[in-house]
Parts: sequence; C-alpha cells; structure tokens
Amino acid sequence: MFKYFEPNKIFSVTSKAPKYVLILFIIVLTIGLTESLIFSPEDYLQSHSVRIMYVHVPAAWITLGIFSTITFLSVVGYIFRLKNFFLISKSLAPSGLIFNIIALVTGSIWGKPTWGTWWAWDARITSMLILLLFYIMYLLAWRIYENNNQVFKITSIITIFGIINVPIIKYSVDWWNTLHQPASINILSKSTIHESMLIPLMIMTAAFTLFSLLIFLMKYNTELIKIKNKGLDRL
Amino acid sequence: MITNILFMNGYGLYVWSAFTFTLFSFALLYIIIKIQFIKEKKKFIAKYGTLNPKRASFAKSQSIIKDILSNTSNI
Repeated sequence: MFKYFEPNKIFSVTSKAPKYVLILFIIVLTIGLTESLIFSPEDYLQSHSVRIMYVHVPAAWITLGIFSTITFLSVVGYIFRLKNFFLISKSLAPSGLIFNIIALVTGSIWGKPTWGTWWAWDARITSMLILLLFYIMYLLAWRIYENNNQVFKITSIITIFGIINVPIIKYSVDWWNTLHQPASINILSKSTIHESMLIPLMIMTAAFTLFSLLIFLMKYNTELIKIKNKGLDRL
Repeated sequence: MITNILFMNGYGLYVWSAFTFTLFSFALLYIIIKIQFIKEKKKFIAKYGTLNPKRASFAKSQSIIKDILSNTSNI
C-alpha cells in the first residue's frame, strides 16, 4: 500500500493540483465570508462578536487535526522507515502553525468584548499555547538537524510528547472550570448551535481545510524539488 | 445596512480585526511558501542547465524530474 505514496508517483498529481485547489479555496472562502459577516444572525448574548467564531473555531479544529495527523505519520513513518511520511508531516506543519496562531489571536480578540480581558491563563488557552510551542519545536528540529535519521527520531519524539496535549485541549473545558465555553458542536450527540450559525461555520471550515491543503501541496512540491536538487549535485 | 456591517453594534473593531488578521496570515504564509517554491525551482533549473548532455538525459529519464521541468509555470 505504501508504494502509492512514493514521491515519484504522486508528484505528477501534486504539481498540478495547487492551482485548482487555489481556485476552489477562493470560491469557498468568498461564500464563507459573505455568510459569516453578512447573512448569519447575531447572538442574543454576544451580539455581533459571535462572528469571530467563524474564524476562531475552524482554525482551532484544523490545527488540532494537523498535529494529530503529523504525529500519526511520524510514528508510522518511524516504525516502517517511510521517509515520505516525514516529508508529508513536514509539509503539513506550516499551515498547522499558522492556524494555531490564528486560533490564539482571534480567541484573544474575542475574549476582550466577551470576558473583558485579552488573555487569561486558563486551561484551554494555556494548552493551546503549549501546542504552539510544540509546533515551533517541531519546525525548529527540521531546521537544526541535517542528518535524516536524527531529525526523524527527534521530530517523532516531539510529536509523541505533543499529542499528549491534544486531549487536554479538547477536554480542558470539561475537566476544569475555565473562562472558555464548552463545545457547542458534538459529533456523537446533538449540537447546541443553530443551523443558521452552523452552516457558515462549516463553509469556513471547508475553506480553511482547502487552504491547508493548498499550502501542504506547495510545501510538499518544494521539498521534493529540494531533494532532487541534492540528487543533481550527486550526478 | 453598510454602517451596520461595518460597526456591528460597537463590535465591528473586534470582528473586522479578527477576520483581517486571519486573511493577512493566509496571504503571508502563501507568499512565503510560494517564494520558497520559486527559489528551489530556479535553483533546480540552474543546476540542470549546468549538467552535460549525457547526465541531463539520464536525469530527465526520471519521471519526477521530467514533471518538474514540464511544470515550471505552475504554482
């Protein structure tokens, strides 16, 4: 199965895909922005400030999803010695980092009118900040270490430690008393959010997912060319 | 209506700054990654150009190199 992930086989697809993903992203983002800024209703308690949710929540979901994916790929890649899995992980990390920053900054902006403060050292916010540190450590490891085996080992260790933080982020609002509200959207039970707000949220999530796919493809292609550059040096 | 969208009952500053920050971050990341991509591709083409014909044809026999050379205008 792993042979289908060989760079030589997928480069012909990944090199052509970004332009189509970019077009789709712009279309979905335009619809999402129109829905979330104009057509979605204001909240009876938070008024228009609730609109920040449409960028804050998808960013938080995606950064958690990307870190979990990076961990899975790093561990499987390390066990089965699949270099390409590390390449995919490395290419996913920049968008994961940027979504983490977006979640923290927009959360801080949302906190001011809602809680009366830009920042609080509560469980959810602090654990998200810790995740940001893991992203930074992960990307720094790729910059610092030249040797492949060393970088594969260190990035795998970073992600294994980092993944412990992911369930803490998810359940922090249930385990501790925090300023942050509990989850309004549940996969297993009924969501407490009205569909007039759920639809724009889902559209924005789709747009953000497309953006992370776009960045992933561009970064992955860059990494493949970098490898081929080294290959040409040896010719 | 436009005033309402802009000011949002006094929350406009917060909402617009959150959305602006998000879009600015997207644009910044896109530009950084694109610059990296263009730089690597230029480096690749320059290196490929310095190869002698025999080595160049050997390199071109690899499908991925053929793809890189044929997709120079893509993102």
